[in-house]
Amino acid sequence: MLRDRLRSQESDPIAYIDLGVDEAELPGIRGPLRFRPETGQPLLELVEVLLRGPHPLAPGERELIAAYVSGRNECTYCCSAHSAYAAAQLDEGMTLVDQVRADPDNAPISAKLRALLHIAGAVQVSGREVTPELVATARAEGATDLEIHDTVLIAAAFCMFNRYVDGLGTQPATAPGWYAQASERIVSAGYRRVV
Amino acid sequence: MAHIDLGVDENEFPGVRGLMKYRPVTGKPMMELAETLLRGPLSLPMADRELIAAYVSGLNECTFCCSAHSAFAAALLDEGMSLVDQVRADLDSAPVSARLRALLHIAGAVQRSGREVTPELVATARAEGATDEEIHDTVLIAAAFCMVNRYVDGLGTFAPSDPKYYDEAARRVIDAGYRNMV
Repeated sequence: MLRDRLRSQESDPIAYIDLGVDEAELPGIRGPLRFRPETGQPLLELVEVLLRGPHPLAPGERELIAAYVSGRNECTYCCSAHSAYAAAQLDEGMTLVDQVRADPDNAPISAKLRALLHIAGAVQVSGREVTPELVATARAEGATDLEIHDTVLIAAAFCMFNRYVDGLGTQPATAPGWYAQASERIVSAGYRRVV
Repeated sequence: MAHIDLGVDENEFPGVRGLMKYRPVTGKPMMELAETLLRGPLSLPMADRELIAAYVSGLNECTFCCSAHSAFAAALLDEGMSLVDQVRADLDSAPVSARLRALLHIAGAVQRSGREVTPELVATARAEGATDEEIHDTVLIAAAFCMVNRYVDGLGTFAPSDPKYYDEAARRVIDAGYRNMV
């Protein structure tokens, strides 16, 4: 690939555009958020409300939906980041994240969360893939309208973030422990101040 | 009609508008994002930005968003809806600038996956005069509509079939912007 050849000739990672940041320090979405703060601010506000705002689904469960969708979109940065953020907020940690990403049907999660993950998986393919049956199953397992709404919007939002991150050719983090350190900051301080 | 009870008359608030009313805490940053991306002071003309939104929404087969942003683009373009239809039907032969065509090719790649955007697509846009900011904004507009289209269809919202609805919406958005949509 041309991109790989270009990379091997440069000491620094290179996105498709000059983000004006040290991409090793600000990998993934952080470079674009810094490049265009006027769009970065509402994007961070949206993710803060969706993943950390007051809600019947725990933050770890919402991060799990984000990690699951990002994995299906093969977005290395987002999947690594939100897997770490989910693991940090779930009792079962990364083991459960890995089980859900590998095989949600057999992962040890509630029937309600499984049904919501099936909705998220449909949204990842297309909004038109969400059927009344998928919604009825989630409702039968106890999901409320608000939980169904937010599951659809979290999945849809990560179909945006994943495309933003990969469509600009940004790089995942390479520094050892970067995602673990990022998760400590997210859990304690939230998304609004990530850049 | 929608998969959940939005608590609004969906005929009056179809598509994304019912969703913005149902959950204002997420609706507010989404409308702020739309206002900045589609109407803020960026170097891409507003008509081109709406055209990118309509093109991506068409590829995602989202009737409400594609109808709405096609009407918004048509209202801003000298050539009106005939150009929107040509771009949506056959981008390569539509009478748009080489720069806009290259940006629409990037948007089409984003619609499939972020990983479909190649260095070659970006190099072509740059050779036609697109700036880093314009490439960035094209990728984010396309990505944002991959969110909004999924949101609108994933919750099974209603899309009016009467083109007059979208023409009236275009007048409101052009006058008052996205922040006052609901």
